[in-house]
Amino acid sequence: MDDTAREPRRDVKLKTQSVNLHYGDFHALGDITFDIPSCAITAIIGPSGCGKSTLLRIFNRMNDLIPGCRVEGGVFLNGSDIYDKDADVVALRQKVGMVFQKPNIFPMSVYDNLIIGPRHHGVKSKQALAEIAERSLTLVALWDEVKDSLHKPGLGLAVGQQQRLCIARALAVEPEVILFDESCSALDPESTMKIEELMLDLAQKYTIIIVTHNMEQAARISDMAAFMMIDGQKVGRLHEYSPTSDMFISPKDKLTEDYITGRFG
Amino acid sequence: MKINPRVSEKIAKGLIWSAALSVLAVLVGIIIFILAKGLPIINWSFLTEIPRNMGRSGGVASPIVGTLFVAAVAVVLAVPFGIGTAFYLAEYTRENAVTRIIRFSAESLAGIPSIVYGLFGFIFFVIYLDLGWSVLSGGLTLAFMILPTVIRTSEEAIRAVPDTYREVSFSLGGTKWQTIRKAVFPSAIQGITNGVILGLGRCVAETAAVILTAGTALRMPASIFSPTRTMAIHFFILAREGISMDNAYGTAALLIILIFFINVVANALVNRFVAKGR
Repeated sequence: MDDTAREPRRDVKLKTQSVNLHYGDFHALGDITFDIPSCAITAIIGPSGCGKSTLLRIFNRMNDLIPGCRVEGGVFLNGSDIYDKDADVVALRQKVGMVFQKPNIFPMSVYDNLIIGPRHHGVKSKQALAEIAERSLTLVALWDEVKDSLHKPGLGLAVGQQQRLCIARALAVEPEVILFDESCSALDPESTMKIEELMLDLAQKYTIIIVTHNMEQAARISDMAAFMMIDGQKVGRLHEYSPTSDMFISPKDKLTEDYITGRFG
Repeated sequence: MKINPRVSEKIAKGLIWSAALSVLAVLVGIIIFILAKGLPIINWSFLTEIPRNMGRSGGVASPIVGTLFVAAVAVVLAVPFGIGTAFYLAEYTRENAVTRIIRFSAESLAGIPSIVYGLFGFIFFVIYLDLGWSVLSGGLTLAFMILPTVIRTSEEAIRAVPDTYREVSFSLGGTKWQTIRKAVFPSAIQGITNGVILGLGRCVAETAAVILTAGTALRMPASIFSPTRTMAIHFFILAREGISMDNAYGTAALLIILIFFINVVANALVNRFVAKGR
């Protein structure tokens, strides 16, 4: 099958080149090289403990917060190395937003939650902040639901709404890439469906990378799938990386097939 | 002989309840005793006049002012350094030799009897730095005394803030300082304030450390360089030298009310601050 004929040609948004990651003495990720296309959904799948979240957190350098974590190799956003000595981590995280596993709303109002990011980046005018809030909430289809309770506690929302608020909060800083770290695993099926629809929507404009345990989810929404496995030394490696439809229809080997059909993991 | 579990449950429950109730009874008993003896003494002139005739007559206006003045100096000095150190320990370093030394020093300082602080303050501030018996000497000494409390409670409060808050703030492109100010501090403020109140309470109630550093002057302190007498020292002297037991009880009752008042006001302030965020 010829991929290039069927898949529209996409620009490379993110690229890793022989990335190795160590936590102290522990070699967590081994020799990971792959390209992530722009304006598409890339799913990172694989059994627990294979380093999916660690790989995801390379792209916004959240691993920096972990003592003893070392990253070798190159990670490029729009062609420039984000691990370069002169790279600006704050600017990187503005471009690469993140939505976490659990909706992690601050104990503040809906509005105050939304404007944390823009405020970090120096937006002061009340009008500008209000516009950002409305725009971000509209993007996640939450505006109509919360426009009358913007100044009520964010924690008062339903869990699914909270997670959409988290997505809106990430969108408020106008990122180019959004990382979703198992962001539906704490949600009920209906909220999950809403978030999946939202991701498909957002993929028109944003580059999306998701980590998921849910094979159906990966199959439903992702354009590319990266299957990770640990090797004999417990090092997380990229076992197969291909367009999702290819991987789910004709996996490269038995291991991938066994995993995606739910025989292990 | 085997005791029926239902019986042992009853016995345990009884013992635990009686322990708690007797502690409560003792505390309430002391407070009621002092209030009963002291409240009848308190009237407008007791609050507004300065002591006359060594405290046999007149009021306690100057000791009230002295107490608040010394405590305020101590808190103003100890709080920024204490909270700063706590943030350093909790956010800016990993465990290393420096943090161990700071922690060890703070814990050692916390265990020193207050009279030792008094002696240190007397030798260092009063004599060596020639500040004399003054509000400033007393405040500085108390600042050292409450510093460990402020550091420890603040550090605990900061560490209790969930890491997810920091993660979110960093993931939105926040700097360390923005993360501390906007994500960590608002959640830690309640615990930090509790530490400050604890410290303030110790300042207001302290005798040994201030009698050697702030002095025992009865007149109204004019500046931070004036000597003064705190309420605790005032009733200590009134009682020990047999000057006036009535006025001693009156002052003690007032001190209890003041501490109660400080707690209520501080809690109200924190709740307002927290409520604004919620």
